[in-house]
Amino acid sequence: MSSRAQILAAVLANQPAILPMPVFEPFSPQGSNNLDLFVATAKGIGSTVHFLGGISEVKQLIHSNFSVGRIISPMAELSDVAETDFADLDAHTLEDVELGVFKAHFGVAENSAIWVTEELLGKRVSPFICQHLMLLINKTDILQNMHQAYDKIGTANYAFGTFIAGPSKTADIEQSLVLGAHGPRSLAIVILG
Amino acid sequence: MIIPHRVYNYLSNLGTPKILMNIKMKVGLFIPCYVDQFYPNAAIATLQLLEKMGLDVSYPPNQTCCGQPMANSGFEHLTAGCNKLFVQNFKQFDYIVAPSGSCVLHIKEHIHTSNHEDDKNISNKIYELTEFLTDVLKVTTLSANFPYKVGLHQSCHGQRGLHLAQMSELVAAPYSKPQRLLNMVQNLEMINLKRKDECCGFGGTFCVAEEAVSAKMGKDRVADHENNGAEYITGVDLSCLMHLEGILKRKNSKTKVIHIAEILNAS
Amino acid sequence: MIQTPKDHATLADDFNIDEKRVGWHDDTLWWIREKRDKIAWQVPDWELLRDAASNIKDHVLSNLNPYLLQFEANAIANGITVHWAANAAEHNQIVLNILRSKEINKLVKSKSMLTEECHLNDFLADNGVDVIDSDLGERIVQLAEEPPSHIVLPCIHKKKEEIGELFHKHLGTPQGNSDPQLLTEAARHHLRETFLSRKATVTGINFAVAETGEFVVCTNEGNADMGAHLADVHIACMGIEKIIPERKDLGVFLRLLARSATGQPITTYSSHFKKPRENQEMHIILVDNGRTKQLGRADFRNSLKCIRCGACMNTCPVYRRSGGHSYHYAITGPIGAILAPNLDMEKYADLPFASTLCGSCTNVCPVKIDIHQQLYKWRQVIVQNGYAPKAKALSMKMMAFTLSSPFAYHAAGKMGRIVLKYAPFTVNNKFNPWYKQRDMPDVPTASFGEWYQKNRNNNEQ
Repeated sequence: MSSRAQILAAVLANQPAILPMPVFEPFSPQGSNNLDLFVATAKGIGSTVHFLGGISEVKQLIHSNFSVGRIISPMAELSDVAETDFADLDAHTLEDVELGVFKAHFGVAENSAIWVTEELLGKRVSPFICQHLMLLINKTDILQNMHQAYDKIGTANYAFGTFIAGPSKTADIEQSLVLGAHGPRSLAIVILG
Repeated sequence: MIIPHRVYNYLSNLGTPKILMNIKMKVGLFIPCYVDQFYPNAAIATLQLLEKMGLDVSYPPNQTCCGQPMANSGFEHLTAGCNKLFVQNFKQFDYIVAPSGSCVLHIKEHIHTSNHEDDKNISNKIYELTEFLTDVLKVTTLSANFPYKVGLHQSCHGQRGLHLAQMSELVAAPYSKPQRLLNMVQNLEMINLKRKDECCGFGGTFCVAEEAVSAKMGKDRVADHENNGAEYITGVDLSCLMHLEGILKRKNSKTKVIHIAEILNAS
Repeated sequence: MIQTPKDHATLADDFNIDEKRVGWHDDTLWWIREKRDKIAWQVPDWELLRDAASNIKDHVLSNLNPYLLQFEANAIANGITVHWAANAAEHNQIVLNILRSKEINKLVKSKSMLTEECHLNDFLADNGVDVIDSDLGERIVQLAEEPPSHIVLPCIHKKKEEIGELFHKHLGTPQGNSDPQLLTEAARHHLRETFLSRKATVTGINFAVAETGEFVVCTNEGNADMGAHLADVHIACMGIEKIIPERKDLGVFLRLLARSATGQPITTYSSHFKKPRENQEMHIILVDNGRTKQLGRADFRNSLKCIRCGACMNTCPVYRRSGGHSYHYAITGPIGAILAPNLDMEKYADLPFASTLCGSCTNVCPVKIDIHQQLYKWRQVIVQNGYAPKAKALSMKMMAFTLSSPFAYHAAGKMGRIVLKYAPFTVNNKFNPWYKQRDMPDVPTASFGEWYQKNRNNNEQ
């Protein structure tokens, strides 16, 4: 008997009588204002938050913070400040990227997590390998909590998606928080509109 | 015979004087073995306190132990004798009261005899002293006086097992039955602890099987009370207090331990 | 207890030689427990969320066979290769076979407690594969040639000075420098080279969604993503209990996981892997290794609900003062103590006894595993299977005899309180451990029973 058959048979033999999938009421919201909560949470975990009016202001923000170094973004409207055609490059060649700028689907107020999927990233590795990360969301795209987040994601057929909350970090050395473990050293969240 | 809670509560709500009802309430006093042998004063205080409430209290002389020391060591199968004896001793009472959260919890959760009705009956009518005072007798005033700074040790089995007090791990409204009673004692000053419900490290046979960790836990608990100025450490379980006392005595600390019954009965 | 060369109590003794350090370890973990409390209180309905998570997991365990089949079918449809491993050895062999088929002998690995449980690193090293752990804490213990001491904080037992020393030796950081910022920066450079040069990666899996065939990996460092998105081959390993029914159930678990683990609102990265990249190979290994057996043990089944947050370790007053290595098992702390005996009851017979049964673990558990009740039940099972030390068994029998007989009890008491001999704190008392750091209570002149007979004679029955 294959291990597969053996395991499945043992599971079937040992699993107890079926218990129902729970039905739970919508959980109460945290705080009364999603935007305020989002901003406070984001800052609390080391992100910076910028309220900007449009793409030209995004460019200014990029310009004033990242005058040197390689910048990538799959957003066509940033083609004058960033490399936009990196999707076909070998992922390893992105190792020297200073800044990655990406549009995101939405943010979640309770934890300031921002949902992005592969088609917004150019390459999967791009928001992880860059030294600094900038994510753009619309003011109207801030949800209360993770339940709402998954309601919004629904049955979307992404190949890869990730919630990003803050810069890469570790506290493995005596619980001292250090930003910039393997991924970006900083996360700038741009809220548009 | 037995006055069920609802009848008692009904009478109580009508304003029936306690003494009229209590006259029929027969309480069996369960004194855990180590309290019997080492801390008779706590047992005497428990008895006197219940007598002051006008209850008919008696102590069945043939009682020994709840069986917990064996059971917690993995030998629950050896506790049949203890269980049978316990039922024999306490079956006839309306309530069973003990000055120990740990032993009460053990009886409540683990009493097993051949007669399940008996087991259920015992489980339902056994109370730790402070919950008996607050939940059954609904005590609102005490005549006690204890002019000292006191730290409350929340014994785990009483707190997390019998829910004598809210637990710091849960997101839930705070309450504490022992604390409510201590608040009724005149001139008593409570101290605040840095860790309000951390285990003291007694743990039955754990205290010798894991001597190093047990002692370190006890030292840390003692330090928390001492650092906050406790003259007395009190609690509902003498097993914990005995362990803490052992550490206090070894370091010649001025802080003493005292069972909560002795404070509530102090004049 | 006598079966292993060093049991929990002995290892805890060793850990307690340096009392100041024990205090430091305890304080560090307690701080994390406090962070967890603080953030839990910010979530309305925290307890309802725990209920939901617990009930979802109960449901999954009761319907695991269909969910596994559903997950497998969807994962295959997504282009992932699915393997099944009955035990640790088969799991390790599958990993090796995949690597050999691609002629790869260097691997970068992100944190996976399952691979620790299976001792994958040792196996691969023995077979000529070089493995580098990419989680900073895991890399540190790997350089120190130690196992992790905590499932979320692998090197929580290590002082920064020791880490500085290790990094000086292995990564060339300046001698005597133990600044966490500098050390982390050094690891970042060292591991970036690793990520860029390794063609295969192994990751764990936090949640596997039956409905979609995707799996979720949570990290703060981004190491799983760096490994997976740069490697040609991604091998993801999971215990069969990691299944959840639907994608939306992640909402419940991702709200609980990081808050319980470290007091963060969520991990920095919660990555959902559904399909491999173009030209990438993605493998999932579904591992049993005792899980189906545990599923069949009604009393212990719900230990399989564990989402590996580590909250029970942070809150455990024993763990904090004995250190993770005292559990001599890959999964440390209270949850490890109820998982390990399922794998080897004799070897891990001591672990369920390494607890005061205070119950704090059960209260912090985000999926409401009744950990302390299971510790109690394992004690009964271990004793009944004959794994209790003989001396303890005999003294327990003596105590049971004394305490079930009023005559013997009173005779014992009268004989100069001989009952002391059988009291819990003096059982096993070869060297009388009670006295090492504690005094005994003063022995009163009369027991309460004797006092009662004198003073309440009329009440005697």
